[in-house]
Amino acid sequence: MKHTVAVLVENSFGVLARVAGLFSARGFNIDSLAVGETHDPQISRMTIVAHGNDRVLEQIMKQLAKLIDVICVEDLKPEDMMERELVLVKVQANAATRNDIMQIVNTFRAKIVDVSQDTLTIEVTGGESKVDAMLELLQPFKLLEVVRTGTVAISRNSVLSVPAAEIVEPKRSAAAATQAAAPKKTKSKTKEISK
Amino acid sequence: MKLTGAQAMIRCLELEGVEYVFGLPGGAILPTFDAVYDSKIKFILVRHEQGATHMADGYARATGRTGVVLVTSGPGATNTVTGLATAYMDSVPMVCITGQVATHAIGSDAFQEADVVGITRPVTKHNYLVKDVKDLPRIMKEAFYIANSGRPGPVLVDFPVDVSRQVTEFEYPKTVAIRGYHPNPPINMEQVKKAADLIMQAKRPVLYVGGGAVGSGAGKELLELVNKTGIPVTTTVLGLGVFPETHPSSLRMLGMHGTHYANYSVQNSDVLIAVGARFDDRVTGKIDKFAPHAKIVHVDIDPASISKTIKVDVSIVGDVKPVLKEFSKLLKDKRPQMKEWLAQIEVWKKKHPLKYDQSTEEILQEYVIDQVAKLTNHKAVVTTGVGQHQMWTAQWYQFESPRSMINSGGLGTMGYGFPSAIGAQLGRPNETVVCFDGDGSFQMTMCELVTASFYKIPVKIILLDNGHHGMVRQWQELFYRERYSASVLGPSNPDFLKIAEASGLFAKRVERKDEVIPGIKAVLAHAGPALLHCRVAKKENVYPMVPAGNALDQIIDMA
Ligand SMILES: Cc1ncc(C[n+]2csc(CCOP(=O)(O)OP(=O)(O)O)c2C)c(N)n1
Repeated sequence: MKHTVAVLVENSFGVLARVAGLFSARGFNIDSLAVGETHDPQISRMTIVAHGNDRVLEQIMKQLAKLIDVICVEDLKPEDMMERELVLVKVQANAATRNDIMQIVNTFRAKIVDVSQDTLTIEVTGGESKVDAMLELLQPFKLLEVVRTGTVAISRNSVLSVPAAEIVEPKRSAAAATQAAAPKKTKSKTKEISK
Repeated sequence: MKLTGAQAMIRCLELEGVEYVFGLPGGAILPTFDAVYDSKIKFILVRHEQGATHMADGYARATGRTGVVLVTSGPGATNTVTGLATAYMDSVPMVCITGQVATHAIGSDAFQEADVVGITRPVTKHNYLVKDVKDLPRIMKEAFYIANSGRPGPVLVDFPVDVSRQVTEFEYPKTVAIRGYHPNPPINMEQVKKAADLIMQAKRPVLYVGGGAVGSGAGKELLELVNKTGIPVTTTVLGLGVFPETHPSSLRMLGMHGTHYANYSVQNSDVLIAVGARFDDRVTGKIDKFAPHAKIVHVDIDPASISKTIKVDVSIVGDVKPVLKEFSKLLKDKRPQMKEWLAQIEVWKKKHPLKYDQSTEEILQEYVIDQVAKLTNHKAVVTTGVGQHQMWTAQWYQFESPRSMINSGGLGTMGYGFPSAIGAQLGRPNETVVCFDGDGSFQMTMCELVTASFYKIPVKIILLDNGHHGMVRQWQELFYRERYSASVLGPSNPDFLKIAEASGLFAKRVERKDEVIPGIKAVLAHAGPALLHCRVAKKENVYPMVPAGNALDQIIDMA
C-alpha cells in the first residue's frame, strides 16, 4: 500500500542523509521525497511517499521518530490529505502535432511554459494520478525529458504542530554514584500500539 | 572564562564527571590532547582505537556510566567503527570524540580526512560535527544526555582541529532542550492494566528478559515480581545476571544455545512477557514458529523495538523498572494457578539439564568455566569474546547479579572481551574481573596486553585455546560436511605464554586437567593482570543447539 508521510525535521546539517540512510539501511523503498524549509526557517518539512504493508509503515514511522533531528512524523490519511506534484515535461512538437498537444495541456489545466521550433515544455501540477494520466497521453508525441518534484502533501483538517522542547536537567551521566540520566517524562513522537 | 575549544572540550568532560578517557592521539586532535595533559581525568592510552571503544563500552556496561573515547581523525576515527557498532547494537552509553581536519579543509580529501559523521551515522544513536566553538558546550551536554537516556547508545562528536583552537567564553549549560527527543514517555497505565489482566489469566506464563532490564537497573524489581508471582524467568545473553540464575524460578538463557527448559517453556507458554528484549533471531529461532500459543506482552523503552520482528498483543513503551514495579502491585501469587505448568518445567529441568562429560581426560572449556565460577563464587565481573567460549560462559558461569556478564550479544564482535575487561575493571576496581576468551577472539585485540600491564589493571584472562575458530568449526562440522575451511588456528598460533610474559603479565599454562584448578587459583591470587593459557579440547561442540532456521524446540544435543 502507498503511504504519504509528513516529517518535520530540524533544518540542520546532514538531516536529509540521516533520513535517506535510514530508508536504505532498513530496506524501505522511497517512491518520492520532497523537502523544503517551512515558515520557520529552523524547520524543514519532508513529504515521503513510500509503499509497503502496515508493518513496514509502522517501522518507518518509528524509526523516523527515533532520529533526534526529527521533530514529528505523521502518516497522512488519504481521505484527509491534499497532495500535489509539479512536473515539467519537454515533449517533441511540430506544426502538425502542436495543436493536439495543446488540447491535452488544456484538458489537464496544465501550462505551456516554453516553446521552441520542435519542442514544447509543459508545466503541470496535481496529484499523482492526474500527472500520470497526462504523461500517458503525451507519450505518443515522444517525451524528451520529464522532471518531477515529488509529491508534497498537507492535511485538510489538522495541523502538524511542533511540540515545545522540554527542558531537562540531566544528571551527570558519566559520573560515579549516579545512575543513568533521569529526564522528566515527555510525550512520545509516536503513538502506542495496542490491540 | 575564556578557553580554547580544546580546553573547553576537556572542561565539559570534567563537568560531566568523567573519570577515564580511552584513546590515542594524532594530528587533528593534538590541541585536545594538550588539554588532557592539564586535566585530572585519567587517560588510558591504548594500542589500537578499537580497544579504546571496547574499554569504554566495558566500563559503561560494568557501571551504567557513560564511557568516553578520544581519538584522532581519519584512521583513528575509522578504527572506532567496530566498537561504536558493538555499543550501538547492545545499547551501551558512550561518547566518542574524534579529531577532524580543519573546517575549511573538510571535503578536500585532506590528509587524514574521512567523512566520519557519514561513516558512523548508521552505528551511532546520534552524531555531531562541531562547526563553531560556541556550539561546543551545548553539543557536549546533549551528547552525554542522549548517550545515557532512553534507550542508551553511542554518540559521536567530530571535532575539527581549527575549532579546537578557537577561543570561546565558556559556560556549560545545566539543561538541554531537544524538541525531537523524548526519551522517557509516560507509562500508559491502561496498557499496564491490560497486560496485568492477561498475565493474571495466564496458566503458562514466562518472563523473557533482556539487556533493557539491565540498563534500566531493574534487577531488584524483577526479583520482587518473581518472588511474588512465581512466574518463571529466562534471559537473553545480554540479560544474564539481571535475575539470579541460581534462583529456582530461573530457566537460564533461551535461544540458539539456551537450555532445553527455557526454550520449551517459551514454546509452550500462553503468555510471554518480554521485558527489555528485542526478539533477536538468535533468540527466536524460526520466527513464525516462535511461541506459537502465546499472547505477547512487550515492555520496552524503544517504541521501534515493538512489533518489529514479532507481532505484539500488548505493548508498554517505557522504562522497565517502573513498569515492573506496577506489575508487582497489580499481580498476585500465581503459583496455585501454575501448578501443572511449574511441574512440567521441573520435568524438563530434570530430563534435560545442561551437561558436559565430567570423566574425560581432556580439558573441556565448560569444565574450566565451571571451576572459575566456583572459585570466584559466581561473583566475578565476567567478559567474553565471541564464539563457543562465550556460549559456554553463558551456560556455565551462573550469573547472580546484574552487570556481571559483559559480552557482545548483538554484533557478536570478536576481540571485544579483553579490552572490555580492562574497562570493566577500571569501573569496578574492587572486584575480580575475569575475561574468558577464545584464541581467535583474543588475537584480535591482544595488543592491549601492554595497556593492562602498564596501568596495572588486574584483569584475569582465561584463554580457552582450542586451536580453532571453534564456533566456525562447529558449524562446519555440523552443516558443511566437516570441511574445515579457514577455521584452524593451532599451527599458526603464537606462544601465548611468551606474549603475555613479554607484555608484563603473570602467565601460566595448563595442559592437563589436574593442573586446571591450581592454575586458576594462581591466576586469581596474583595481584596484577594475569593470563591462564588453557589448552582445551579441540573438537568439543556447544550444546544444546537450535540450528538457525529451526523452531526453538527443535533442539539438537549431545548423545
Ligand atoms: C570480528 C569478527 N570476525 C568474525 C566473526 C565470525 N566468528 C564468530 S565465532 C568465530 C570463531 C571464534 O573463535 P574463538 O575466539 O577462538 O572462540 P571459540 O569459538 O573457539 O571459543 C568467528 C570467526 C566474528 N564474530 N567477529
